[in-house]
Amino acid sequence: MSGLIKKIGWPRLIIGLFLTGLFIACPFVGVNIQFAVNDVMGRFGMNLVLILSLVPMIQSGCGLNFGVPLGIVSGAFGAVCSVELQATGFMGILTAMLIACSFAIVIGLIYGNILNRIKGDEMIISTYVSMAFVGFMCLLWVRLLPFKNPLLLYGFGGSVFKPQIPLSNHWAGVLDKVLYFKIGPVIEVPVGLFLIGALCCFLMWLFFRSKLGTAMTAAGSNPEYARAAGVSIDKMRLISVVMSTSIAALGMIIYYQHYTFVQLYMTPINLMLPTVAAILIGGAAIRKATITNVIIGTFLFQGVVTVGPMVAGSAFGDIADALRLVISNGMILYALTRKEQR
Amino acid sequence: MHTDNQEVLRFENVGKSFFGNQVLKDISFSLEKGKILGLVGENGAGKSTMMKILFSMDDIRETGGYEGAIYLDGVRLDFNNPMDAINAGVGMVHQEFSLIPGFTATENILLNREFTKRSVISKAFRGKLDTLDRRRMHLSAQEVIELLGVNLDPDMFVSNMPVGHKQFVEISREVNRENVKVLIFDEPTAVLTESEAQVLLHALRTLADRGVAIIFISHRLQEIIDVCDSVIVLRDGELVKDVRKEEGYSVVQLAKWMVGRDVESKSARREKGLDNADDIVMDIRNLWVNMAGELVDDVNLSIRRGEFLGVGGLAGQGKLGIPNGIMGLAEAGGTVLYDGKPFALNSPKAALDLKLAFVSEDRRGFGLLLDEPVYWNVTFSSMQVLNKYLKRYLGVRLRDDKEMRETTREYINSLEIRCVSEKQKVRELSGGNQQKVCLARAFDLEPELLFVSEPTRGIDIGAKSLVLQALKSYNEDKGVTIVMVSSELEELRSICDRIAIICDGKVAGILSADEDSEKFGLLMSGLRSDKESA
Repeated sequence: MSGLIKKIGWPRLIIGLFLTGLFIACPFVGVNIQFAVNDVMGRFGMNLVLILSLVPMIQSGCGLNFGVPLGIVSGAFGAVCSVELQATGFMGILTAMLIACSFAIVIGLIYGNILNRIKGDEMIISTYVSMAFVGFMCLLWVRLLPFKNPLLLYGFGGSVFKPQIPLSNHWAGVLDKVLYFKIGPVIEVPVGLFLIGALCCFLMWLFFRSKLGTAMTAAGSNPEYARAAGVSIDKMRLISVVMSTSIAALGMIIYYQHYTFVQLYMTPINLMLPTVAAILIGGAAIRKATITNVIIGTFLFQGVVTVGPMVAGSAFGDIADALRLVISNGMILYALTRKEQR
Repeated sequence: MHTDNQEVLRFENVGKSFFGNQVLKDISFSLEKGKILGLVGENGAGKSTMMKILFSMDDIRETGGYEGAIYLDGVRLDFNNPMDAINAGVGMVHQEFSLIPGFTATENILLNREFTKRSVISKAFRGKLDTLDRRRMHLSAQEVIELLGVNLDPDMFVSNMPVGHKQFVEISREVNRENVKVLIFDEPTAVLTESEAQVLLHALRTLADRGVAIIFISHRLQEIIDVCDSVIVLRDGELVKDVRKEEGYSVVQLAKWMVGRDVESKSARREKGLDNADDIVMDIRNLWVNMAGELVDDVNLSIRRGEFLGVGGLAGQGKLGIPNGIMGLAEAGGTVLYDGKPFALNSPKAALDLKLAFVSEDRRGFGLLLDEPVYWNVTFSSMQVLNKYLKRYLGVRLRDDKEMRETTREYINSLEIRCVSEKQKVRELSGGNQQKVCLARAFDLEPELLFVSEPTRGIDIGAKSLVLQALKSYNEDKGVTIVMVSSELEELRSICDRIAIICDGKVAGILSADEDSEKFGLLMSGLRSDKESA
């Protein structure tokens, strides 16, 4: 029994029990449990690839990627480009992914080179890189991009992007709708969303079984050892940063298609901490993360932040949002303090 | 001059073991007032452990104290910490300076023993606010500096001083104390120039004449002969010789005692020597390596194909720098020819591609992935370098964990690596088994030239002989050239064909393992026997 608890880990066990408790509480405070299940499924699917994107950098020793907003902004850029190009349906989402990934690769190369100069301080530096870059992109959104599509821009002339751009006429939900079915009147199962998430996880798993992936893991585990085995640490780190950034861009397109809106300006920063928190709750350490960590973390974290406010909102009324912040961030804090020490 | 033969310090059957590993055994000797005792021995012979016991350092007490007894002025020592020892009148001049750079010589010498002046304010605050009596401090420092016979400005900042002067400040501080009875000098001349060393030796004599008993540790054997009244020689934790000056001894004799018996068991060595003096696998010319604490200055060395070459020398002389430099782990320069072709330095990849391998002395740094399983550790390098353990699935080359584990199990059996299974994390293994994992990793690289650095450091005797045996048979059965760097000369002599002794970043000489002990001892001490220098 104690062995099992150790394997699961106390933080996951307690958050799991807390989440179960929330579900049990649903009927008592008047929340339709079917809504809760539906929302958790959707949010799990839309966040999975984004959180998966952290794995390469953790494995290569770059630590938790607080530079994930770089990938997110790349995703947003790809999405608005596809809208500008009037691409819809599957072609639309593919265009968005292609542009987003190309953009992310360029950004990732620059970002990776920065991180290679400041080994050991990646986490704090990447936070500032994020802030600076997201700020820079705000300049683009306000005036520098010569886009014309009125769907993207405010109507008062010039080229000022709206903060929220609807995708419903382009490619919102195209993945969700693949093999999609309903359980009862409320629960919709977005099979396509899950499939693409599973595919990404599988590819990531494969990558870490390749020679390159193995070298990357060793570089993170002990850089000196890897160097002695002829592995170029800087190259491994650079590749991992490019991977993390472009997968985050890809993950963001998947996120937007479910969310049905593209959000611009400072919103990418708001996603930074939840993304990192999710993988930590999943049991990842600063230098070690597995696909299982990603899946468990995404489920637990998204579960708590989705169901938590529903239950709190019904039970406590107008203080719900404050309670939501206390509960969800309290949970993150708890997970972080219980994090396995290396 | 004191003429009474008054005993100050006596060791009686002192011994010490760390975790069952006996590092000091049955040490007995005594030291009289006004005498200088020379203490010589190789690195690891137990000299510093002895001094740590005398000072009752933390790591001695925390590992269960020591055996036997030490008497100071006839009273059995019962120190709880180094401060007790210092208060009882034992002083030590360290190899590394413990001086405050921004203070003057005077301030350093009198640190925490300053002369003070009372004032109205300080009376009110119980002495905490006494002012310094700089005039008296200056005089006191001046006095002790003159006693040592050096030309040193007491008001100079330590940071501005040359190394030699810093050493004298350090010494002055110990000498300046009122009640000092025993002073230990741990290689004080190592950083001094010839003439400074002479001044220091003279100062030692002066101090001894004033009644201080001195223990003088040095690798410079001539100094020991010049200044000491008696000498004790430590080897492998045992006191092998305790001689007085009157009995007479020479540098050669000291070196021989220090390095040890003529090797009785040469069983590990190959029966007949290799006849391949012309078949050079690697030719090293003017190699320099920038490695912290192990600077290599100008090494010229030819490694013969198929030989088992030993590289010895004292710690810090640069022997470790050689393999690290060649394998690209430390910045290096010079000309190296491998198989007659130029060899690229500063690139681990290039070295590995040429079928060189290295077992690092820094096991936990370069040697192991501590948080990964044994089978990763063994097979990772050969996967990266030789593309082993990769299998194609639908055109994609993926890691073949099964094969990795199988190969590892073979090494676990052949090298007797004790672990739960090949999946156990290396961090959980003992030092000896970790070392075997390092060896397995190197063997799996199928090297043609293998560098092994301190393969037996910090591992128990059983594992030691197994590791050496494995290396030997690898050399003989597979014809792999092995270069083994070790601080333990006996170990090198028991297994190697030739041994190069490194001193001061250069090759001091290359000897056959059969040569007399004293020749090795002389080379290690930086002296050349007449034959060598000719």
